[in-house]
Amino acid sequence: MSMLDVNGLNVWFGKNRDRVDAVKGATFDVGQGESFGLVGESGSGKSTILRAITGLAPNWSGAMTLDGKPIGKKRPKEFFKTVQMVFQDPYASLHPRHSVDQVLGETLHLHGFKDIDTRVVKLLDDVGLGQKFRFRYPHQLSGGQRQRVAIARALAPEPELLLLDEPTSALDVSVQAEILNLLADLRNDRGLTYLMVSHDLSVVGHMCDRLAVMKDGEIVEILDVAALRAMNATHTYSKQLLEASL
Amino acid sequence: MMSTLLDVQNLWVRFPTRNGVFDAVRGVSFTLGRERLGIVGESGSGKSMTGRAILRLIRPPGIVEADQISLEGQDLMKLSEKDMRAVRGQRISMVMQDPKFSLNPVMTIGDQIIEAYRLHNSASKADAYNKSLEMLEAVSIRDAERVMRAYPHEMSGGMGQRIMIAMMLIPNPEILIADEPTSALDVSVQRQVLDIMDKLVKERGMGLIFISHDLNLVADFCDRVLIMYSGRIVEVCDADKLHEAKHPYTRGLLNSLPRLDAPRDRLEVLERDPEWSEAPSVSGSE
Amino acid sequence: MAETQTMREWLLAETPTSRRHAKISALYQGWLSFRSNTMAMIGLGILVLLVFIAAAAPLLSPHDPFVQDLGNRLAPLGTDGHIFGTDSLGRDILSRLIYGARITLYIVALVALIAPIAGLLVGTVSGYVGGWTDTVLMRITDIFLAFPRLVLALAFVAALGAGIENAVLAISLTAWPPYARIARAETLTIRSSDFISAIKLQGAGPLRIITKHIWPLCISSLIVRVTLDMAGIILAAAGLGFLGLGAQPPSPEWGAMISEGRRFILDYWWVATMPGLAIFTVSLAFNLLGDGLRDVLDPKAGE
Repeated sequence: MSMLDVNGLNVWFGKNRDRVDAVKGATFDVGQGESFGLVGESGSGKSTILRAITGLAPNWSGAMTLDGKPIGKKRPKEFFKTVQMVFQDPYASLHPRHSVDQVLGETLHLHGFKDIDTRVVKLLDDVGLGQKFRFRYPHQLSGGQRQRVAIARALAPEPELLLLDEPTSALDVSVQAEILNLLADLRNDRGLTYLMVSHDLSVVGHMCDRLAVMKDGEIVEILDVAALRAMNATHTYSKQLLEASL
Repeated sequence: MMSTLLDVQNLWVRFPTRNGVFDAVRGVSFTLGRERLGIVGESGSGKSMTGRAILRLIRPPGIVEADQISLEGQDLMKLSEKDMRAVRGQRISMVMQDPKFSLNPVMTIGDQIIEAYRLHNSASKADAYNKSLEMLEAVSIRDAERVMRAYPHEMSGGMGQRIMIAMMLIPNPEILIADEPTSALDVSVQRQVLDIMDKLVKERGMGLIFISHDLNLVADFCDRVLIMYSGRIVEVCDADKLHEAKHPYTRGLLNSLPRLDAPRDRLEVLERDPEWSEAPSVSGSE
Repeated sequence: MAETQTMREWLLAETPTSRRHAKISALYQGWLSFRSNTMAMIGLGILVLLVFIAAAAPLLSPHDPFVQDLGNRLAPLGTDGHIFGTDSLGRDILSRLIYGARITLYIVALVALIAPIAGLLVGTVSGYVGGWTDTVLMRITDIFLAFPRLVLALAFVAALGAGIENAVLAISLTAWPPYARIARAETLTIRSSDFISAIKLQGAGPLRIITKHIWPLCISSLIVRVTLDMAGIILAAAGLGFLGLGAQPPSPEWGAMISEGRRFILDYWWVATMPGLAIFTVSLAFNLLGDGLRDVLDPKAGE
C-alpha cells in the first residue's frame, strides 16, 4: 500500500524568461512504513520535491496522492497532521526568540491538542532531551539538541509521513550518529514512513530501503539498498556518485 | 628527515568571557615539513582556531599565546602587525570554506587576480594578465579568458574555490592553510579540487595544513594527521594508518560513520570521557 | 538546594525550571551585557533621572514655574534663589526646566507609541503579504517620506491648530515611514527562513505568523531605531515649540523657552542656553542608550 505517490511532478520557480525548472517529471512512490531516499548533488532538485509536497513551493504540476487521497493546491489542516518535515539546518529552523516550550506548545496548540503540558513533557522524553531542556532558548542548545527539538516539533501532531531534508548534514559525525539512531528508533516505535533527502550516499544507505538518484531535476534511477551496497547501479551518473562516496 | 617549515610550540588561544576565560586551543605543539598535514576534529575542537592563530588572525578580545610559532627559524609571535601582513599571503596563504565570502562581488575575477598579482610582483598589466591566465589554467580552469571577465556570483562553488586557490598561490607561498576547503562542495567536485591542491603542493614543494571534519577525506588525502579534541591534540598518526587509530575518541568518530560496505542496524554513539580533555596535548612534532 | 542557591545563580541558571524563570533569566542576561556598556549606562542614568525629576517636579522645583516677577526679570546665573537665573518675565528658569521635563517626556512617550507601531504594522504586513498590497503600502510610505518633515508637520499643525497633541500627531505622521521600511526589510529576510516555513507546516495562518513570529524579531531593531530617533523627535518638538506651533505659552516647553530667550540672546545668553543644554543632554542620553540597546538587542550584531 502506498503512502505517497508522486507522478510526473514538475516544479518551477519564476516565470517567463526567468523560469527555472527545478524538478522535471519526477515519478516515485513511497510505501506505507517504508524509508525512501532522494540522493543527488546540490541543485539537483531533491529538496524542492519535499517543498512541493508540503506546499512551500507553490508552482508545481503533476499528480501527488497521500494515502490514496490526491494532494490539491491548497493543503487542509488535516494534511499537516499526516505529513511533517524536519529541516536541514537546525540553526535556522528554530525561532531564535522562542523557548523549546513555546515551540512545542504552539505546535500542539495549532493542532488542537488540549493536554499540552503532558504532551510537551512526553515529546521531550521521546527525542531523548528530557525536562531540563524545556525552558531553554535555541542559543542555549547545541546543534544536535536543536535538531532533536525540530524532530520533536515534527512529531507533535503525530504524523505518519516524515519528510527529512538533510537532517544531519549540518552536524558533526558523532552527533549525526545519535540523530540517525534516534530517527531509526522513532520509525520502529511509531511505524513512521520516511522520505529522506541527502547528498550522502552512506547516510541514505544506512537509513533507507530504496532510493532515487537525481540529477539536474530528473530522477535518473531508482534502486534498492541491496543494489546500492552491491554497487549495482546502472546509470552512469549513479555509478559516479557511488564511486565518489567510497 | 624532512626540513621543518613551521614549528608551533605550546600554542594557546584564549577568549575572555563573562564566566571567566575560555581556552579554545590549549597548548598545541606540532611541526610542518614539506608535507600534507591534516587537522581533524569536530566543531569546537579548536582546529580552525589553530589555523587562524598561526597567521595571528584571531580577532580581539581573543588572545594568541605560544612559546614559538617559527616559520623557517623566524618567530611569528615576535613580528609586528605590519611585518605579519607581509607574511600573510606572501609566505603563508589561507583558503577558506566558502569562496563566496572571500571574493569581492563587484569586481571581475580577472581584475581581482591581476590586482593580487601586482600587489606581490612588480609587473606590467599585460604580464600580470598573462600570469593570471596561467594561474587559472594551473587550477584546471578551462576557458580561462572567459572566467577572467566573469563576476564571482556567476561561478559555481567548485569553480570559486579553484579561483581562490589560484589567487592564494600567486605569491608562491611556502605554506598553504586550507580550512575546510571542500566541505561546501559536492563530492564529485571535491575530488577535483583536492587533486589540484595535491598537484600544486607536490610540484612546488609547499607545506599544506588541511583542516577538516571529514576523517575519510583526511585519511585519503594527507600524509600525517593530528586529531584534536577540546583544544588539544589527542592523537597523531600517519594518514594511511588512521583507520587503525588507538585513541578511543578517534575510534569513536570512525565507528560513528555509516558505511555502505558494512551495514549496521545502529550506529555506534560516541561516549565522551572527561579524561580526554584533561590528558596533556600530544606533540605533533616530527 | 534552593536555599543555598544565590539570586545570581538562579538568574543565570542553565536549566530554567519554569516559563517565568526562563523569561526572567533571559532578561537578566540581556541586562548584564547592557550593563557592561558604560556609555549606555550613562544614557540610561540620565533618562532615569529625567523621569524622576518629571515625577517629583512639584517637590524639586524651588519656585512656581508660572509666577512672574517683573522686578527680577532676566536675573543672571547664580542669583540668590535662582541658580539658572530668570527669564524675561522673571520666572525661575530652573523650575521651568524641571516642569518642562514632563512635557518632553509626554511628547517622547506619545511619539514612541504611535510612530513605530504604525510603521511596524504597515511594514510587516507589506513585507509578508507581498504582491500588490506591498506595492500600495510602500508607495504610500514613499509619499510620506518625500515630504519635508518640518514642513509637513507645520502644515498639519496649521490645519489642526497649535498645541502639544497636534504637534505630537504631526511628528508621528512624519516619523513612521522609516520604521515601516525597516520592518519591511526585516520581514523580507525573516519570511523566507526555515522557522517560518516550519510554523506554516503546522497550519499557522498569516495573522499568527506576523504577530507571534515576525513581530518579536522586528521589534528589537525598531526599539533601537526609536531611541536613536528620540533625539530628533525632541528636537522636532522643540523646533515646533520654537516656531510657536507646539506647546503654547506659558507652558514651559524647552523649545518654546529657547524661542522666548532668542530675543535677548546677545545680552542675556543663559535664558536660551539653559533649555538648549537640557535638550542637548536628553538627546545625547537617548543616543547613548540607543547605541547600547543595539548591542544587546540586535540579533545580527551579537552571537
